[in-house]
Amino acid sequence: MNKSMIIDREGLDQLISVLIGMGFQVVGPTVRDEAIVYENLNSINDLPEGWADEQEGGTYRLKRRSDKALFGYVVGPHSWKKFLHPPERRLFRANLKGGDFEIIPEKLEEPKFAFLGVRSCELHAIAIQDKVFLGGEHVDSTYKIRRENAFFIAVQCGQSAATCFCTSMNTGPRTESGFDLALTEILDNEHHHFVVEVGSDQGNAVMKKILSRQATDEDVMTAKKQSEEVAAKMKRTLDITNIKELLYENLEHPQWNDIADRCMSCANCTMVCPTCFCSTVEDVTDITGDHAERWQKWDSCFTMDFTHIHGGEVRASTKSRYRQWLTHKLASWQDQFDSSGCVGCGRCITWCPVAIDLTVEIPKIRDSENQITHPGNEARHEIP
Amino acid sequence: MKSLESILANHPFFENLESKYMALVTGCASNVRFEAGEFIHRQNDEANSFYLIRQGKVALEVCPPGKKSITVQTITDGEILGWAWLVPPYLCQFDAKAVELTRAIVLDGKCLRTKCGEDHTLGYELLSRLLPIIGKSMEATRMQLLDVYGNND
Amino acid sequence: MKLPISEPMTPEPYIVKQFIRETHDTFSLDLIPKNISDPIAFQPGQFTMLYAFGVGEVPISISGPAPMQSGLIQTIRKVGKVTEALDQLKNGDTIGLRGPFGSAWPISAMKKRDIVVMAGGIGLAPLRPALYALFDQRDNFGEIALLYGARSPKDLIFSNEFKTWQEKFGIQVKVTVDTADSDWHGNVGVVTTSIPRVDFDPKNTVAMICGPEIMMKYSVAELKQLGVRENRIHITMERNMKCAIGFCGHCQFGPAFICKDGPIFQYNKVKHFFGIREI
Repeated sequence: MNKSMIIDREGLDQLISVLIGMGFQVVGPTVRDEAIVYENLNSINDLPEGWADEQEGGTYRLKRRSDKALFGYVVGPHSWKKFLHPPERRLFRANLKGGDFEIIPEKLEEPKFAFLGVRSCELHAIAIQDKVFLGGEHVDSTYKIRRENAFFIAVQCGQSAATCFCTSMNTGPRTESGFDLALTEILDNEHHHFVVEVGSDQGNAVMKKILSRQATDEDVMTAKKQSEEVAAKMKRTLDITNIKELLYENLEHPQWNDIADRCMSCANCTMVCPTCFCSTVEDVTDITGDHAERWQKWDSCFTMDFTHIHGGEVRASTKSRYRQWLTHKLASWQDQFDSSGCVGCGRCITWCPVAIDLTVEIPKIRDSENQITHPGNEARHEIP
Repeated sequence: MKSLESILANHPFFENLESKYMALVTGCASNVRFEAGEFIHRQNDEANSFYLIRQGKVALEVCPPGKKSITVQTITDGEILGWAWLVPPYLCQFDAKAVELTRAIVLDGKCLRTKCGEDHTLGYELLSRLLPIIGKSMEATRMQLLDVYGNND
Repeated sequence: MKLPISEPMTPEPYIVKQFIRETHDTFSLDLIPKNISDPIAFQPGQFTMLYAFGVGEVPISISGPAPMQSGLIQTIRKVGKVTEALDQLKNGDTIGLRGPFGSAWPISAMKKRDIVVMAGGIGLAPLRPALYALFDQRDNFGEIALLYGARSPKDLIFSNEFKTWQEKFGIQVKVTVDTADSDWHGNVGVVTTSIPRVDFDPKNTVAMICGPEIMMKYSVAELKQLGVRENRIHITMERNMKCAIGFCGHCQFGPAFICKDGPIFQYNKVKHFFGIREI
């Protein structure tokens, strides 16, 4: 006997109310400014009912569906990192008194988020950021408290975007763990309900408060089959065999120059990427100069002074910055955190204004006859 | 009291030089010493001497008018001073001044040049020892030009 | 016990016990903590983030305590906004300090070896605590040679200590400058020219090198040519730093975070990326 449940639309609405009643701030997909973004939800009326997203390199459009699916789209420009690792936060305040000053530390905020609609790739991205912020010698307490307080309602994708490649990165389309509840939307001529997988005790406790019925084995099969179909129809792929060695050995490959001719260093990719974590520290004072604050803010390795040192930048050229981003994401990340930094969500492809596509660029480095290796390593020159 | 030949043979510059050439070279050699502050040669002097420094310190200097003279390189124990004696027009490029009491062996440049002309193998031996030293000096000079410790504004 | 981020990102107030002018653009701060009883314990080679009120922070190597000084000594070269603000500090002023951070010179792994210490410019500052650590157990090491290069005679730091180091602790000290006028009776030439002028057995030598990247590149090349093993050469890397605790991403050099995997690296571990342009 399977342990899944079925809830219908009213049940989902009830789930949102129950969570709000428990003190959670429910956040999830909603339509704003012609995109599906993650913001506060009060009921299922806030969900993008009947909307689909069409994505390609450098393209994102919302389109009307012919049905009333509540999750008939994939991922947009936001990721859950905006809640777990906020874009700005103050670290401390300080007051000057002559040659002396005192520091006033910040009180830690402890918000409780319920994330509704987390995709498999996004759960993997959160697990990756867990390693960054919780797995080292120092722990980010803001991330930790938000992460521990968060309630996860995953959604098993019912479709992929053209820019998705989670199957290549082993991050989807189906998730088996990392959630409190996981929903599969089943919508056909007769039904509109959700198969609910329970993934934790807390999930179980919440389910007891809403109207549901036992899922049949057929319901569960339907849900699983839907994931298999999504996987089979995935358009983009990326061969990540030996990708770390490939990138480490090709740091001076001419393809980087080719990319640099197109890349505008706009940093969109880093803003939308669910695993990018770079930040900066800003020290500011008020106009008297007696009161100072330190703020932490999101940053991007594409910014001009990211690597500023000794009066100049180490990575002055766009080429070097793009190379850093992609090499970090696919190669160095493995040495740093024992996993890839990429989850195959495709956002960087969709939101790049010039449609630079890593699933196209990596094969160019891999297959070209121009492989140049760093002197001192084994030369791999192919005779044309 | 060591013989001139054995002093020369022990100088790093002539390491592994065949004894017959050692003897040829010794024929051009004599002992010399410079007191602190003494000029060994001046810019534009005829370059006729090849010095092997035994002990001491020699500064290569340039003196811009109205300014204190600038030292571009110092040479010390076990090193050599001068290679312009081998290359036309045989003129010294810098002032060379002993910074402290310096003892050296000086080889007559004209004499050596003649012997190299007669025996090309001797010429090859000298050049193959000089070239790496000049090469290293050029690399070092380029590093000095980079002003790596300088202010980066 | 893991500290929450607000604490590792919040500076501890320290008082400037003494402001020491070293050269025209370099100074040292002798610091004692304001609220806690002892200054931080550190390993030679580690650094702190020093906070100038309202201006910002900068990573500075710990360069002492030194004889005649107590507290924590940090030697700073004036190169930008924050260091210029620190240059204005007077005795008794407050400064913020976070740390210590980073890897240390692996002194205990150098026993019974000859040691070549190569310092370029301000690079002598993070090496001074290493020298003191070597002096503390002088008999455990063979020949020790300090090769120090600076721009000109007026840029030399700690030069009043060299005689003591030579005579009391039996180390070879070779100082050279890139440029000088005739008042200078010392060596003129790049720091690598001092290598053939000191005694050490390359096959049994450990090297510690700290200075501008170009200076380190040429120094490593010369030592390798003489036969010093790559895994016995330790260098220090420098990059932009914001958090110093591995979260902001700024200090990455290849896969290494300089704030936590460095700044001191075994050469063979970073040689793949060392010298690649704009990496």
